[in-house]
Amino acid sequence: MILGLTRSWSLAGYFITAILILPLIALIVQSTLPDQAVFSHLFNTVLPTYIANSLLLMLLVGLGTLVLAIPAAWLIARCDFPFRRYFQWLLLLPLAMPAYIVAYVYTDMLDYAGPVQRVLRAWFGWQSPLDYYFPAIRSLGGAAIILSLVLFPYIYLLARTAFMEQSSSLLYASRVMGCSPWRSFWRLAMPMARPALAVGVALVAMETAADFATVSYFAVPTLTTAVYDTWLGYGSLTAAAKLSAIMLLVVFSMIGVERFARRKQQLFQKQSSLNEADRYVLSSKMAWVALGYCALLLFIAFLLPFMVLCAYAIDYFNESWDVRFWQYSLNSLYIAAIVSGVCVVLSLILMFVRRVSPRKSDQIPARLSSTGYALPGTVLAIGVLVPLTFIDFAINDIYDWFGARGPGLLLTGSVFALIFAFCVRFIAISIGSLENSYKRISPSLDMACITLGRTPTQLLWRVHLPLLRKGIFAGALLVFIESMKELPAALLLRPIGFENLATYVFQFVSDEKLEHGALAAIVIVLVGLVPLIYLNRSLEQQG
Amino acid sequence: MSTLTIENVCSDYDGQVVLRHLDLTLAQGEIVALLGPSGCGKTTLLRAIAGLQAISQGSISINGQTLSGDGVFVASEQRGVGMIFQDYALFPHLTVADNILFGVNELNRTVRLARLEEMLELVKLTGLASRYPHELSGGQQQRVSIARALAYQPELLLLDEPFSNIDAQVRNDMMLEIRAILKQRNVSAVFVTHSKDEAFVFADKLALFKDGAIIQHGKAETLYSAPADRYVADFLGAGNYLPVTVTSSHQVHYSLGDLSSTEALSLPIGSQGQLLLRPQQIELHPSINGRGCIVERHFLGTVCHYQVQIGADILNVSSQLTTLMAGQRVDINITAHPLVIFN
Repeated sequence: MILGLTRSWSLAGYFITAILILPLIALIVQSTLPDQAVFSHLFNTVLPTYIANSLLLMLLVGLGTLVLAIPAAWLIARCDFPFRRYFQWLLLLPLAMPAYIVAYVYTDMLDYAGPVQRVLRAWFGWQSPLDYYFPAIRSLGGAAIILSLVLFPYIYLLARTAFMEQSSSLLYASRVMGCSPWRSFWRLAMPMARPALAVGVALVAMETAADFATVSYFAVPTLTTAVYDTWLGYGSLTAAAKLSAIMLLVVFSMIGVERFARRKQQLFQKQSSLNEADRYVLSSKMAWVALGYCALLLFIAFLLPFMVLCAYAIDYFNESWDVRFWQYSLNSLYIAAIVSGVCVVLSLILMFVRRVSPRKSDQIPARLSSTGYALPGTVLAIGVLVPLTFIDFAINDIYDWFGARGPGLLLTGSVFALIFAFCVRFIAISIGSLENSYKRISPSLDMACITLGRTPTQLLWRVHLPLLRKGIFAGALLVFIESMKELPAALLLRPIGFENLATYVFQFVSDEKLEHGALAAIVIVLVGLVPLIYLNRSLEQQG
Repeated sequence: MSTLTIENVCSDYDGQVVLRHLDLTLAQGEIVALLGPSGCGKTTLLRAIAGLQAISQGSISINGQTLSGDGVFVASEQRGVGMIFQDYALFPHLTVADNILFGVNELNRTVRLARLEEMLELVKLTGLASRYPHELSGGQQQRVSIARALAYQPELLLLDEPFSNIDAQVRNDMMLEIRAILKQRNVSAVFVTHSKDEAFVFADKLALFKDGAIIQHGKAETLYSAPADRYVADFLGAGNYLPVTVTSSHQVHYSLGDLSSTEALSLPIGSQGQLLLRPQQIELHPSINGRGCIVERHFLGTVCHYQVQIGADILNVSSQLTTLMAGQRVDINITAHPLVIFN
């Protein structure tokens, strides 16, 4: 705490925050405006179905991820079987897979013209779709399965940690009181893991609600696709803002659930980790079952789609390896580089003010600036468009007033809107990373530096920056990667004619020829693996 | 001339009063210990002196210049006070040399190097200039932090529990060594501790804290032999309390008879109070018909600690006489001293 900290630091914090929460505020304001009957038309026709679809999808994905993740988490946390140590981190890999890519691969494989149905038809002599029943993958159920496959690692991770942090003595107690492993699982481990599971389901539900690409590809209309279509189809910002407000309601109630569950989680989980010796030793048959389950999950959710991508890339190498691939990769790289640079600088200012300011109110900006992370990409895009369109028009009006020709859409027509949206969404990541690093710097270092006659700015440069290096790097890297992967916001905000890797790949997915964009898809998957390596390493350091 | 003057300083934090009307002065070259249990406000006062904590009333000045109070607030970085921290607060990314020179604004390279060499020699770390803090022992890190603070040439040195992380075996030597350094350079220092033993060894004067107020302040001997109240007496050492009645200006009566004080008593004749007797102010003499009986004995090396029962009272006695055994009968004798009586 620096008592003499000048107000300009605090003002800088408030200024940054004001800009970063502008989209959220604008969205809420815009959603209260009356619109040109678009919303009431939607409301009277398709909106109830969209809302029902969104909620049903969240419910199904929540259930699906629980069913997939809990056995894996329990086996890896509490049992011993061959290759357990590898599966511990291998099961995180599906997180790197964009759902729409997995969706594409499985559609390609399972629909009428795909190899699976072809083989079935050849075997059984069926001639047409009328001869047999095969579940349609392009459906709400199909979307739920695909999303469950890529999102289950959230719950796996939280549940595994929960199971591992349950105290060994509780396990002993239930054993000596005659509980079989099964009984202690149902009576002890599961109830204690409930808060962690609730946190996981809330996160999964938020991701599901925010998903645009998968449901769009499967033509399942949800709130997210409705926001997208309302803006691009009807051109009504107000109606899109109203739909976004409904989304926000859903997302913020999920955040509420998550916060509540996290508080409970602290009651049930101690920071002690399980003794290696306390794992159940499985019989060789059961060990094979356990190994088989984990291997199958990994295969279906990650290995198979990834191998198919690689096969596409090899078969269609010449189509993939063209100037567009390089051009769009470069676009992705430079946007991501700018975003991560901006995010790091802004979050450094915010966190510095938060750390050293003597004013209580200065704790707020860093917290408030992180809320952008909760906004689904499509909603965020609308939130960014509202104020930027207003500013663009205002600028042109001013030119007109002076009789000059306006510069056109300065902000919404350039990559500025895209960069701004990415900063709003991903600054939470760099803030979190810096927050963690700051926790490891003893407050007495600040006091020592200040009492040795150094100014707050010198404290930041000469002490904090060198000591935060790792956190800054990690934050920048994670923001960079997320910016490369983010799709829906990019789809809505990119200037005409501009593509980056994500929009380029999605274009191929929509056009049913991902084969031609396989290289780009592989790059996105590989880039997505980097944060998982980070995550795994930080988990191992804790353990 | 007084280096540090603290007048009527109050401070509150989150609506809670943490400092109450503190007054304290410190002469040039003097070391004062702020002594008290944890949470009594002593660290808060130290931080207030450094400008790291706001005060709500009163003033703090160094060498006649007001730093806090009367509408003045001088920022920490302009106060010219050095501070030593419990965790040493060495910058982990800087070498010993860079740490020591961190607060030195002198740009001339020769002067800087001369200052560095002088400091390294002073704290006996010559040759370790290029090491990093994590390559040093706790005691060495402590010396670097002293060197860093002194290289800054502060008007006043503030030490916040600087010895609590040092191993008990070497703590005493370390304290004596650093005290010698401060004395050699005539540095005024304020030292925060919760340990009376550290305060006795390191400081010239003590200021004893309780609930954000200074109960008594002065030389260690004064506080020990003439404590202002029972809290001070108990904090600085064990004691026995016996009910007495004042019978004259120099005499009291208690259950074992009459006792004379070597100085006049402050309580009026006829008043009643509790007489403080330190364990070493009671002498034991083995005697078959003694009025006391030893009920417990603890051998502590140079002395022996006894519990002696006399009538209904149990007295704690510390004696050089280590041959007495439990169950043995003794006579007691109180050594002549100025009596301390609390009412």
